[in-house]
Amino acid sequence: MIKVSQILDVLNAQIVCGNTDLNQDIDFGFASDLMSDVLTIDSDNLLLVTGLNNLQTIRTSEMSDIPYILFVRDKKASEEMKSLAEESGITLMECRYSMFRACSLLCNMGLEPVY
Amino acid sequence: MDFKFDIEGGNFSNAGTASSDVKKVLKKLNVDPKLIKRIVVSIYEAEVNVVAHAYEGEMNVSIFPDKIIVRIVDKGPGIADIELAMQKGYSTASPEVREMGFGAGMGLPNIKKNTNELNIKSTVGVGTEVELINYLN
Repeated sequence: MIKVSQILDVLNAQIVCGNTDLNQDIDFGFASDLMSDVLTIDSDNLLLVTGLNNLQTIRTSEMSDIPYILFVRDKKASEEMKSLAEESGITLMECRYSMFRACSLLCNMGLEPVY
Repeated sequence: MDFKFDIEGGNFSNAGTASSDVKKVLKKLNVDPKLIKRIVVSIYEAEVNVVAHAYEGEMNVSIFPDKIIVRIVDKGPGIADIELAMQKGYSTASPEVREMGFGAGMGLPNIKKNTNELNIKSTVGVGTEVELINYLN
C-alpha cells in the first residue's frame, strides 16, 4: 500500500484533477494501454498506469471502479477527460517518466501488483 | 423498470454513455457495488462493440426485482462465426479501434465472464443481438 503523496514525490507527478487529499492509500497497481485488459481486473482501490490518453481511458476506469489514473511519458489529460473524471470521482495524475520507470518505482515503494 | 439508449456506430467520444447511465440507475437502486461492476463492465464491452463494428444500435435495459436483462441490438456487418468470435484473441477490429485501447479479442469472453447468461444472435450483413442477463441476488 502506498500514499498518493509518495507518487507525487518519487515520480515528480502532479494531480491534474480529482481528490487532492495526499494521505489517500492505494493498494494495487496495473499498467496497460489496452483497455480491454483493464476491464478484466477485479481488484479494488487500484492505480491505473497508462500512456493512453483518451476518453475511453476514463470511461473504462469509471466502469471498472478505478479511482486513480497516472498518465506517463508526459501524456496530458484533455479538458473533456478531466471533466468526465471529476464527474466519476477519478483522480488524474501526470508524470514525465516512462511506463517502465514509473512501474519500477511504484513497485519499490510497495504498490502491489494485481497478478 | 425499462430504459432505452441509442448507440452511434463509429463515435468513440460517446462510447460508454449508455453504460454510464445504467450504472447511475443501479447505484440509485442500491444494487451491490460488486454486482454493478460486473454488469456495467459487460454492457460497456457490448456497447463498445457496437461503436467499433456496427452502424448504429440500441441498448434496452429491463430491471426486475431479481434480475437485469440488457438487450443490445445493432445494424451492422454481423458476426459470421460466433464460436470463433468468443475465442480470446480473435478480433476483426480496425486499427482505429485498436488505437482507442480495444480490439484485442477480449470483449466477448469478458462479457461471458461477467454475466450469468449470454445469448448472441447474428445475421451477416444485417446485424447482431446480444442479450445479457444478471441475477441480482
